[in-house]
Amino acid sequence: MTRALSSSLSGLRQLFPPDRILTTPARMAVYGSDALAALNQLPGAVVIPETATEVVETVRFCHRNGIPFVARGSGTSLSGGSLPVAEGVVIALNRLNHILRLDPDERIAVVEPGVVNLAVSRAAEPFGLYYAPDPSSQAVCTIGGNVAFNSGGAHCLKYGMTGNHVLGMELLLPDGTVTEVGGDSRDSVGPDLNGFFVGSEGLFGIALKTTLRLLPIPALYRTILGAYDSLEAAGDAVTAVIASGLLPGAMEIMDRLAIKAAEVGARAGYPLNAAALLIVELEGEARTVEADFTRLVEVIRTSGAREIRVANNADERARIWKGRKSAFSAVGRLSPDYIVQDGVVPRGRLGEALVGIERLSRIHGLEVANVFHAGDGNLHPLILYDGRVPGGLERAEELAGEIIALCVELGGSITGEHGVGIEKLAHMPKMFGPAELACMEQLRAAVDPERIANRGKMLPGGLS
Amino acid sequence: MTRVPIRDVQDVQEAVQTHPRLLSVGGGSKPALSSPLISPSGSSPDDTPVTLLDVSALRGVVEYDPGEFTFTAGAATPVAEISAMLAERNQYLPFDPPFAARGATLGGTVATGLAGSMQYRFGGVRDFLIGARFVDGRGQLIRGGGKVVKNAAGFDLPRLMVGSLGRLGILTEVTFKVFPAPAATATVYAEFPSLELALEALIRLTRSRFDLEALDLVPGSLMISEGSISEEEPRTQEGSVPGESRTEGRPASGATLLARIGGVADGLPARQRQVAEFLTGGNQSGASAPPVSVSPVLVSTSGTPDHDVTHWAAMAEMNWCPEGWSLYRVPVTPARVAALDRSWSAEGAIRRYTSGAQTAWVAWPGEESQLNRLLRAAGLGALRVDGPPSRQPWIGTIPGGPFLERITSALDPDNRFDLPGIWPRADVSHG
Ligand SMILES: Cc1cc2nc3c(=O)[nH]c(=O)nc-3n(C[C@H](O)[C@H](O)[C@H](O)COP(=O)(O)OP(=O)(O)OC[C@H]3O[C@@H](n4cnc5c(N)ncnc54)[C@H](O)[C@@H]3O)c2cc1C
Ligand SMILES: Cc1cc2nc3c(=O)[nH]c(=O)nc-3n(C[C@H](O)[C@H](O)[C@H](O)COP(=O)(O)OP(=O)(O)OC[C@H]3O[C@@H](n4cnc5c(N)ncnc54)[C@H](O)[C@@H]3O)c2cc1C
Repeated sequence: MTRALSSSLSGLRQLFPPDRILTTPARMAVYGSDALAALNQLPGAVVIPETATEVVETVRFCHRNGIPFVARGSGTSLSGGSLPVAEGVVIALNRLNHILRLDPDERIAVVEPGVVNLAVSRAAEPFGLYYAPDPSSQAVCTIGGNVAFNSGGAHCLKYGMTGNHVLGMELLLPDGTVTEVGGDSRDSVGPDLNGFFVGSEGLFGIALKTTLRLLPIPALYRTILGAYDSLEAAGDAVTAVIASGLLPGAMEIMDRLAIKAAEVGARAGYPLNAAALLIVELEGEARTVEADFTRLVEVIRTSGAREIRVANNADERARIWKGRKSAFSAVGRLSPDYIVQDGVVPRGRLGEALVGIERLSRIHGLEVANVFHAGDGNLHPLILYDGRVPGGLERAEELAGEIIALCVELGGSITGEHGVGIEKLAHMPKMFGPAELACMEQLRAAVDPERIANRGKMLPGGLS
Repeated sequence: MTRVPIRDVQDVQEAVQTHPRLLSVGGGSKPALSSPLISPSGSSPDDTPVTLLDVSALRGVVEYDPGEFTFTAGAATPVAEISAMLAERNQYLPFDPPFAARGATLGGTVATGLAGSMQYRFGGVRDFLIGARFVDGRGQLIRGGGKVVKNAAGFDLPRLMVGSLGRLGILTEVTFKVFPAPAATATVYAEFPSLELALEALIRLTRSRFDLEALDLVPGSLMISEGSISEEEPRTQEGSVPGESRTEGRPASGATLLARIGGVADGLPARQRQVAEFLTGGNQSGASAPPVSVSPVLVSTSGTPDHDVTHWAAMAEMNWCPEGWSLYRVPVTPARVAALDRSWSAEGAIRRYTSGAQTAWVAWPGEESQLNRLLRAAGLGALRVDGPPSRQPWIGTIPGGPFLERITSALDPDNRFDLPGIWPRADVSHG
């Protein structure tokens, strides 16, 4: 610990009782990494505020002393977004977990940053409402983390990701300024500052309060599962569904390895000998959904599916989703280690992307399981490796990098929902030119001249 | 006042580097915005000469892949051209950009953040813009976002352009995602004896499980008669307040709800009936909320499909706003509408509430200062979208704050896009 930090820590100690400021390696260990477990870094201190005022005081303290800080929700970031900065302060926001207001007539919820995603839908359910974005991690991840990464989920095809559901925020800028953007209305005047803050990965400061829009729980879900003999056939079925003019709420594909993982890990009961599974779900008003579902079944039937399962009730629906929702963690049963990758390609080039991934997987001699949000071209290749083998991680990372480069080549993006964090810093120049990177750095510097908020993340220039 | 025509993106970059103060115009379907803040001598209030940048040459579709449900086009491409192109493939811009018939452009639509009644279903401009190229105040061409519908890399610059009124950069090219268009549409009209009762019904509808394309609230009667729904002709009626005209046996203080549904044509009549029954307290199927306490005076589900389309297209042109009046767009919420409506109607304003009463459109006959006072008192801000040119686009509580000031100073350090009154100058900001 440098002298600057240790002397200023005494100032920080005045803001928190001893049990809510952690400074020893043993007590800070759990904060040393996020879900990108390959990276680990102990901070100078971890503070555990219980009120917004304590968060504000902490950030002001950091700003006065030039100490970097990292906001942290549940630490489920898959890109190293909540990795601590050495000599910096981690601000753990989990205890700010109150839903401050839930107004069913206005259909909004105003929440603290540490509120868990699923808790919002649970609270809204008695009023017939829910919060739409549903990351697979929704039982643990926080709204603050969702805001920072513009998180999505399987059901974001129709109503969008986190950014489409944030109406207003109280922001704590990195110099301690507290300011409001947006409001309670679904409409707004002026630049879309909500939309600009969402996805900024903590570089613009901390979301202290967030106003979320709630939607009525759909009257009916109809879910269909199709099993295919090849990934291409499943990909073509996606194209056919889109071309038919239907607007599903979710459209997901799993490949052979992912199906196997789901079976081993979650006893999903999927057709085991299939090369690919496609799940398509319609949601909405009963009459429309029933009519559309008849058409959907027809599209799937003529798409070369060798087996079709239709969910006829909530239980059967849950069974179809169970395997998909647990696919990430289930892959852990197949391999000692794995990297969850996240890239986007134009929907029409899914087939090419999958063939490319297969080729890269062969070249590198590493297995890749594919689980993806097919409806919006968002791939999640899971790269299996053994970290105990020397060079194993490096080989897996190399393959991951080549997959991402492939996504960019095909006209897509280096990330659809997991963010850049630290993991993808090196890929930013593939996606953006010098003018864009400079522009983003200027924006960052204008908001945070000392670059104390989540230093070293998202912007490659921010490393220095 | 100099007016500089632009041939291509390089011209825009050069113009930005050589002119101290610029305002981009797509052509000016919203003259209240594309010619504000400029004194008759052609200077901004601080006497810096203003150059009008005519970007209308930046038009045309760059890329449209119907299978991908995205398109890219020059910023000055007319919305009408795009809508026609999409319609051929049964696709549409779900946020329902207004003023298409008057020549509204994609760039102007993004810069003003304007969306119409149909934004109720899937959201506004910000929910469909996925990429934007713009020239910033340094003259740099910035490519924000991309061409895929999902993208979490870097700051979301396209979103920042939505509603920025040209203050943060000059848009040259935009990319949108689009959706399949509903095969057919139909509307349920329900007239209530008072605005309050109509609002109560509106709130219950917004909480129900009906998938509505639009949900508008119009104070007054729409004069529903067999087979057609007509409104008073606002522009021909001197002195009367359109939309509040008294019809035999119906209260002038009432209000009409318009609930539009879309989907397969076969299913529409039955779905219309369900909505109507929900409103009259009958069958509740498909609904999660209890029936409304007071039934509407009159419910009509009539109107031919063609009529439905023309009716809503007319709504998007805001033709109900009388010539010479100013039109304001105010973000609101249903809970606030009753009180606001009282204060606005007392001043003789004509009001429409769209998107489930999340947007108020206020046509104002008199002095802007009075509306400004009312909005400030309510803590609301408004964008002036139509009317005679004036000195400022915003009234009421002006959006922004320190976050926007800092962003502005980064994108436009020399205040080239600063027409005082848009929002605070870069040099008053931090750092
Ligand atoms: C098994 C698993 C499944 C997943 N599935 C999905 C999925 O389907 N879709 C998806 O999008 N993601 C998914 N993720 C990734 C992850 O869950 C999301 O990125 C989530 O939003 C992170 O939330 P968190 O609370 O864990 O945030 P953290 O990991 O603690 O932090 C994430 C980032 O947010 C910043 N941050 C936290 N709080 C705030 C705040 N209040 N203000 C500003 N910045 C803040 C942090 O500094 C950090 O940069 C998954 C992760 C796992 C482990
Ligand atoms: C009654 C009427 C008749 C017309 N008839 C014709 C005709 O016959 N033929 C014809 O060619 N035109 C005609 N026009 C003009 C023209 O077609 C449109 O008005 C114009 O192209 C549409 O621009 P806009 O409305 O989208 O934005 P504007 O009104 O030009 O601008 C709105 C706002 O957006 C900003 N803005 C606009 N573009 C950009 C950009 N690229 N980047 C950043 N900010 C931007 C402006 O600064 C302003 O703040 C007519 C207009 C009217 C009102």
